Amino acid sequence: MKIDLFITCLNDALFPKTGQATVSLLERLGHEVRFNAAQTCCGQMHLNTGYRADALSLVRKFVNDFRDAEVIVLPSGSCAAMLRELAPDAAHWEGDEALRSEVLELSGRIYELSEFLVKKLGVEDVGAAYPHRVTYHPTCHAMRSLHVGDAPLRLLRNVRGLTLLPLPHADECCGFGGTFSVKNPDVSTAMLADKARHILETGAEACTAGDNSCLMHIGGGLHRLRSGARTVHLAEILASTPGQVWA
Amino acid sequence: MSGLHPARPFPEAAKSEVNNPQLRANLRKVTNTIREKRLRAVGELPHWEELRVLGAATKDASLAHLSDRLLELEASVKARGGHVHWARDAAEARELVAQIAQGHGVTELIKVKSITSDEIELNRALDAHGIHAIETDLAELIVQLSHDTPSHILVPAIHRNRAEIQALFNRELGDPEHLSDDPAVLAGAARRYLRQKFLTTKMAVSGANFAIADTGTVCVVESEGNGRMCVTLPEVLVSIMGIEKVLGTWEDISVFMELLPRSSTAERMNPYTSFWSGVTPGDGPQEFHLILLDNGRTDVLADEVGRQTLRCIRCSACLNVCPVYERAGGHAYGSVYPGPIGAILTPQLLHMDDKNANTLPGASSLCGACFDACPVRINIPQVLIYLRGEANGHKGTTLESVAMGAARYAMSEGWRFEGAVKLARAGQGPLVHGGQITALPGLLGGWTQSRDLAPFPPQSFREWWREREAEGAGGEP
Repeated sequence: MKIDLFITCLNDALFPKTGQATVSLLERLGHEVRFNAAQTCCGQMHLNTGYRADALSLVRKFVNDFRDAEVIVLPSGSCAAMLRELAPDAAHWEGDEALRSEVLELSGRIYELSEFLVKKLGVEDVGAAYPHRVTYHPTCHAMRSLHVGDAPLRLLRNVRGLTLLPLPHADECCGFGGTFSVKNPDVSTAMLADKARHILETGAEACTAGDNSCLMHIGGGLHRLRSGARTVHLAEILASTPGQVWA
Repeated sequence: MSGLHPARPFPEAAKSEVNNPQLRANLRKVTNTIREKRLRAVGELPHWEELRVLGAATKDASLAHLSDRLLELEASVKARGGHVHWARDAAEARELVAQIAQGHGVTELIKVKSITSDEIELNRALDAHGIHAIETDLAELIVQLSHDTPSHILVPAIHRNRAEIQALFNRELGDPEHLSDDPAVLAGAARRYLRQKFLTTKMAVSGANFAIADTGTVCVVESEGNGRMCVTLPEVLVSIMGIEKVLGTWEDISVFMELLPRSSTAERMNPYTSFWSGVTPGDGPQEFHLILLDNGRTDVLADEVGRQTLRCIRCSACLNVCPVYERAGGHAYGSVYPGPIGAILTPQLLHMDDKNANTLPGASSLCGACFDACPVRINIPQVLIYLRGEANGHKGTTLESVAMGAARYAMSEGWRFEGAVKLARAGQGPLVHGGQITALPGLLGGWTQSRDLAPFPPQSFREWWREREAEGAGGEP
């Protein structure tokens, strides 16, 4: 299959390894991967902070950059949710019905990585090996907007050598919420403290998730605590093999 | 704080609440318990999703014909011997209640728990007229006796624990015997106090959970039976309802009798559901007044996105699942409507130019737990995002709006974004210590309050991809 990658701005700038791992994984599964370098951002940060016009100019850019894609895969649940769920609403609020139908038309071809593997390709064993103790945090947008369900867990259970540890209160938000973490630092910090405590309770070496934005927040908290536990994007675990360790 | 109007912006109010360990512990315990019970109660009904859809559709249908329904309700109530009053705002509603009380020479009245009466700050207004309003709901009584304000729609004293209530009752109810902290003993003391009030007070004020237009019936749903005492024993009954509470017919109410108790108290059936239609000679109050309160609601209704907020049946399920509410508590929202529903209802009722209320849509990480829990499918995250946009429209140019504009410009072309990342990478040097950024300046300072940040890596994804393509072009096809 010809897969167009939407790497997302945060991954591009701060977590390039996640994008590289996504490429490696999808190519290993026999797919042709493309990256249109014109791409930038889905506009989620702008929309969620209330800057609708700015957000829509980025949505329009996304539509233009990906109009011809067969499928679009993102290593980010929240950006996928933005494009599938929120962008059509926002276009409607601003009276741009043409953009709304364009993004709706495209939305059927947009997949978060784990749902693409499990639901679209029907693959649960990607041939990965990662001999570590790992706990999984289901990110809010993947869980509640995209309904990826247990797709990430199915993938993780098939990773050789990986010990999957259940996370207490897993479905509670970690407190990131984009600019929420900066605008409401006290509440965000209180949420993070609980999430970090639950992760450390599992005894895991690493916490994984399908979204580097949440992981940046959780990982930043774990680092500040000097806890020793770290965060790893799901793509980097799934890309890892005995021959090539990504994370 | 009281009524609708937040006195401070949410982040500021939350800061003082979130760092209170007793409050955090009380809230965590109660919300976690209700949350689990609710999931069990909801899980018993295989058709829960269909019920939610039906609940939403029923409310939407009523809201779509709101003026007709209200006129029908007015006619039906009058036909059954009741009086109907229309209040444009809180002040009009308060004045109406005071006038009715004064007309009967009443200096003391009893109240059914009513968040609408809290919205209009009724008790304080009555006090100013020399009329003392006594709360009869146990939790409301606790809040009233401690000169506090409610912090939860359903459990107004959620922020208080047993020891605090023991101390309060020993001080306020003047019991000759020292009360223990046994909940039954404390409830008994409240019962003795309230029973005397039920039997001697001439006038009662209630809210309304629902009203049925074609029969002129008003409904109050409660758990203790105090509400039923109030709506049956006194001679005069005044009910204040937000105009969005009206439904068309008896059939409409049935779905909410399933949705409401399971969502709010995790009960299969509600303990006390009282219905009354006007007055009946020789039975119950002989004078009935219904006050229909707007107080900003028609403006909410006029907004295509925001109007779903008016579906709310005040079950409080969204509060109990909200991670922000659990940490910040109800008082941080500065309004009688706390939690996720408050974050969208309060600013809409007050309008988006209210500088404290318009920070409330920001009081959410947009995790979506509230939407999942809402029995009438109010898409709270969607409304929050929409209202953030509406609020920005009233804020003019800010440091944030300039930063957002600059970010949008940088992201308007791939090459421009790449340039911006390179610039940031070159400039981050002074911030990086031991491989991490531990203190950020300006707007981003909140981040490093509790989190470190990995710096920009030496190569972005797009730089790596370009390098790979270049290598690939010279090697294998």
